[in-house]
Amino acid sequence: MIRDALGIGIATGAYALSFGAISTAAGLSLLQTCALSLLMFTGASQFALVGVVGAGGSVWAGAATAALLGSRNALYGVRLSSVLEGGWWKRAAAAHFVIDETTAMAIARDSPSESRLAFWATGIAIFTLWNLGTLIGALATHALPDPKVLGFDAAPPAAFLALLAPRLRAREPMAIALSAGVIALVCLPFLPAGVPLLVVALLVALFGVLRTRT
Amino acid sequence: MWAGVLVACASCYVLKLAGLSLPASVLQDARVQRTVPLVPIALLAALVATQTFSTGHHLVVDVRAAALAVAIVAVLLRAPFLVVVAAATATAALLRLI
Repeated sequence: MIRDALGIGIATGAYALSFGAISTAAGLSLLQTCALSLLMFTGASQFALVGVVGAGGSVWAGAATAALLGSRNALYGVRLSSVLEGGWWKRAAAAHFVIDETTAMAIARDSPSESRLAFWATGIAIFTLWNLGTLIGALATHALPDPKVLGFDAAPPAAFLALLAPRLRAREPMAIALSAGVIALVCLPFLPAGVPLLVVALLVALFGVLRTRT
Repeated sequence: MWAGVLVACASCYVLKLAGLSLPASVLQDARVQRTVPLVPIALLAALVATQTFSTGHHLVVDVRAAALAVAIVAVLLRAPFLVVVAAATATAALLRLI
């Protein structure tokens, strides 16, 4: 189990390298980049914030997108709350580690004690290597002259695609993804940067709620 | 910039904590269970589209489209995350050199 945790930690550390690089290329300082990995600690939201800022959007549009992407972490709590019982301070500490990978590792175990160990081992391994990777990626990019010449503006869409791909294994998510992309592009010329993303989030939320009722 | 960064960090933490703290009945509501997983799909797709095909308020097709095509191939070949990103970055850089 510890070996699994380390394996995932190393994989996410490599992915943190690209976060550190993209964030610095987007214009965030070294300190801001590291603060995101330390304090936000949820990959897709971090990429979204720096992606919106890098594309010329306001940091608030980026922050709203990051929070919307972070909403899925609240659902993971349902499956973890039985595993992570304890006092409020323990829950408050555990909450920081509630992300895709720790949830997947914890719910794959049979007994609550094994789940607990998997959760903490994965969480600590990822947290350590995620922050280390971010720092190295940010430092390396800091030294580069012109990120755009080096193709760094093509990195965020590829990162979002890699995060999206595992969620597209059925026809409905595929249709939602295509419609979301088209809608965002259609409203892009008329709205402030980053706002088309919020329009798309609102529409998909309406779709989800209305769909469930019928 | 700092204010936005810190507010975003706090919001993401509160969402994680809410999952461990809210009564299960709220989070297991059918509408919540069905809707929340759709949000990242739509947002990530919108991010891919806007960051590939726009500069400021203009829709454009440039080397980033070719980079995205390479990234799609890499994803279909189940390449690891860093390889997908590096392949797209290298494609854009090479095409600009030519």
